[in-house]
Amino acid sequence: MTIPLTGYLRSDGRKGIRNITVVAYLVECAHHVAREIVYPYRESGAHLIGFPGCFPNAYAHRMMEALCTHPNVGAVLLVSLGCESFARRKLEQTITESGRPAATLVIQKDGGTRSTIEKGRAWVEQQTQTLAQAERVPMALDELVVGTICGGSDATSGMTANPAIGVAFDRLSDAGAACIFEETGELIGCEHLLAERCVDDGLAREVVTSVEKARVYYDVLGHGSFASGNAEGQLTTQEEKSVGAYIKSGTRPINGLIKPADVPPTGGVYLLDVVPDGEVRYGFPNIVDNAEIAELIACGSHVILFATGRGSVVGSAIAPVIKVCGNPQTYERLADDMDINAGAVMTGDATVADVGDALYDQTIAVAGGAPSRSEDLGHQEFILTYKQFEPIGPACLPVI
Amino acid sequence: MLDVLQINPADNVCVANRPLPAGTRVTCGATGFILEQPVPLGAKLALTNLKSGDQVIKFGVPIGTLISDAPPGTYIHTHNLRSDYLKTYARGDLI
Repeated sequence: MTIPLTGYLRSDGRKGIRNITVVAYLVECAHHVAREIVYPYRESGAHLIGFPGCFPNAYAHRMMEALCTHPNVGAVLLVSLGCESFARRKLEQTITESGRPAATLVIQKDGGTRSTIEKGRAWVEQQTQTLAQAERVPMALDELVVGTICGGSDATSGMTANPAIGVAFDRLSDAGAACIFEETGELIGCEHLLAERCVDDGLAREVVTSVEKARVYYDVLGHGSFASGNAEGQLTTQEEKSVGAYIKSGTRPINGLIKPADVPPTGGVYLLDVVPDGEVRYGFPNIVDNAEIAELIACGSHVILFATGRGSVVGSAIAPVIKVCGNPQTYERLADDMDINAGAVMTGDATVADVGDALYDQTIAVAGGAPSRSEDLGHQEFILTYKQFEPIGPACLPVI
Repeated sequence: MLDVLQINPADNVCVANRPLPAGTRVTCGATGFILEQPVPLGAKLALTNLKSGDQVIKFGVPIGTLISDAPPGTYIHTHNLRSDYLKTYARGDLI
């Protein structure tokens, strides 16, 4: 199905719905300089991302490669202190090979803070001007990748916002878009529901194993994905939160199980496993919603559908975030931050199907260039920390 | 609009659609009760005569096990429901 969408064509054949100049710090010590470079251009398409650690991590490198070559990204400036371990030449080479303009500034070689900021701003100014002139080409709905997450959940999330996202997911996946849901730790208690939807038994086994991995991981940590605000919002247990969260994946068959920075090979529904492999190390794996949003984006998501009940206000670097507010009381307080009022279901003013249809339309509009609320308000949150993953098994992806 | 909603026919709890004051007369299917305490939007209320050790069913699936009896109308939350998977922490618990 062709719809009047347009995108920026990249050398790997994917298309972007934005044309962003990314500035990426490669260690926390370069964060201030990178942030200062971005600041004057934050409303002209420059976004800040980065990895704070000084020591190397394969997952973080792969995430940075995926993010810097994301279809929404048109050019990348890397900002290094100089003595950190990040493989900056390898990352720059990957970006250059993707056909994107790339440059690296090394603070220790480029004359320190003031001089590096000046050089960086000159580069970013030129790139943002060039990217603003780029031509858009027709884009079909089956070239779109949509991710979903819920954050600041309460009892309404599972009754209004998440079911509405499920409706939108069904329509988007029927149109051929790839739809990614995530957080196996928030699916604890839903293993049997997930397994029944998998396209084959091999995938079903992989999915059940991944949720069990999350349960064991969180058991060892002594803490899962359940925040005190969830309980204040009348959610009592992890499995109660899980079922509510699960509903946003819709009803269509589950095509595959992917890990961060794996891009879905086809349209349809995919589960993203965000819980690390191996023994528990590096501390909490998913410290906050934006860590998972960054992973959804690294998997190629052009746009994120975010369900909230308590009232999250975050957006993201690289991909617009659409807010679906499930709680009518929250919507009243935070209407300016919300794209969709799913709380209308609680007050009897709309059905879940109505809200799902409105969200589908809003997703197409944002993909077409209309700013989401968080995007318009300038939200560009980003966080990336240490993790470790094994590659996915052969049963995880559909045979094409 | 209705005061409460039973999300799935298999559920043994209903959910408050808005904050409800004490004394509210609630009817949900064949069950009726008078609320003994005010409850917030989203609160779970027992629909049947539940006993300690029973599983609470919401969205048609188990969401935990009761640690005390809960006759119809009982407010169900962290004080009487435990996860079958992971402990639930409240604000300040780990400080």
